[in-house]
Amino acid sequence: MSIYTYIIAMAATTYLIRVLPLTVFRKPIKSRFIRSFLHYVPYACLTAMTFPAILYSGESILSGLGALIIAVILAFRGKSLLTVSLASCAAVYIIERIISLL
Amino acid sequence: MKWKDYCRGVRRGVPVGVGYFSVSFGFGAMAVANGIKWLDATLISASNVTSAGQFAGLTLILASAGLWEIILTQLVINSRYALMSLALSQKMGTRIGVLPRLPIAFMNTDEIFALAMAEKQPLTVPFLLGLGLTPFLGWTSGTLCGALAGSVLPESIRLALGVMLYGMFIAIVVPPARQEKPVLVTAALALVLSCLFTWVPVLNTVSAGISIVICTVAAAAVCAWLFPIPDEEVAQ
Repeated sequence: MSIYTYIIAMAATTYLIRVLPLTVFRKPIKSRFIRSFLHYVPYACLTAMTFPAILYSGESILSGLGALIIAVILAFRGKSLLTVSLASCAAVYIIERIISLL
Repeated sequence: MKWKDYCRGVRRGVPVGVGYFSVSFGFGAMAVANGIKWLDATLISASNVTSAGQFAGLTLILASAGLWEIILTQLVINSRYALMSLALSQKMGTRIGVLPRLPIAFMNTDEIFALAMAEKQPLTVPFLLGLGLTPFLGWTSGTLCGALAGSVLPESIRLALGVMLYGMFIAIVVPPARQEKPVLVTAALALVLSCLFTWVPVLNTVSAGISIVICTVAAAAVCAWLFPIPDEEVAQ
C-alpha cells in the first residue's frame, strides 16, 4: 500500500475526531465513566508505546534500559520535556559507545 | 480589534511552538532512520499534528499494517481530542459559526486546548487562529529539520535520536503519575499489558496496532471504573 494512503487515513481519522465535536455533536458528555476513560487514555497509550519498545531502540538492550532509567529519574524530578528527551538520547549514545569499546 | 486579537493569540502560542519544534525534530529523525523519506515525514506532521498518534502511525506504516488497523489505532489514541473539542465548543459559545471552526479543530492539540481553556476573555476566531500558528509551524518545520539532519548524521547519532520520543512520553507520564495514584495505576497496568503482548507466546503474534489499542482501552477502562474523575474536571 502507498504511504500516502496511510497518511490520508491517519490525517482524516484524527481530523474527524477533532472536528465533529466542534461542529456537529456539541452536547457535553454526561457519562462520568466515559469522561474518566478519556482522561486516562493518553497515559495508558503513551506507557504502552514506550515500554518495552524503548529497550529495543538501540543496538543493545542496555542502552535502551539506560535511557529509560535516566528519563524516569529526570522526569520524576520535574525536568522539562526537552531535558528529559535529550538526556535519554545522550544515554543511548554514550552507552552504545562504551559497549563498542569493550 | 481583529488583528490585535490575532496577534495576541500568536504571542500566546509561541512557547508551545518552540516546544513542538524540538519534539517533532525527534519524530523527523526517527522517521528517516526507519527509511521514511524526509518529505513524507514532514507531510505526516503537517497533516496530523499529533505526537502519540503519529508515532503509532509510523510504527504501523513500517509494519505494513492494514488500513483498518491504522484507523482503529488513531481512533483510540486520539479519542481524547473529542473530549477537548467538546469542551472547547462549550467555551466558544454559539456566536462562532461552523466555517471558522474547521481550521480551529485542525489545531486542537493538547497544549493549544490548554491555552484556549485558560483564556479569561471570551474566545474569538482571530485569537484561536493565531494561537495555532506557531505551534503548526514549529511542529512541521521541526519534523523537516529532524528528517534532514537525520539523513546526514552518522548512524550512531541517528540511533540515539530515535529514543527522543520515548523520552518525551516518559516526561509526559511520570510527573502526573507521581502526584495522582490513578494515573500511576493506569500507567502500571498499561505497562504490564504491553509486556505481555511483547513477550508472551501467542499474545506476541498480535499486531502492533491492535496490541496498543487493547492495552490502552483495557488500562483506561479499568481505571475509569476504579477511579472516576471528580466532577470539577468536566471543563478539562
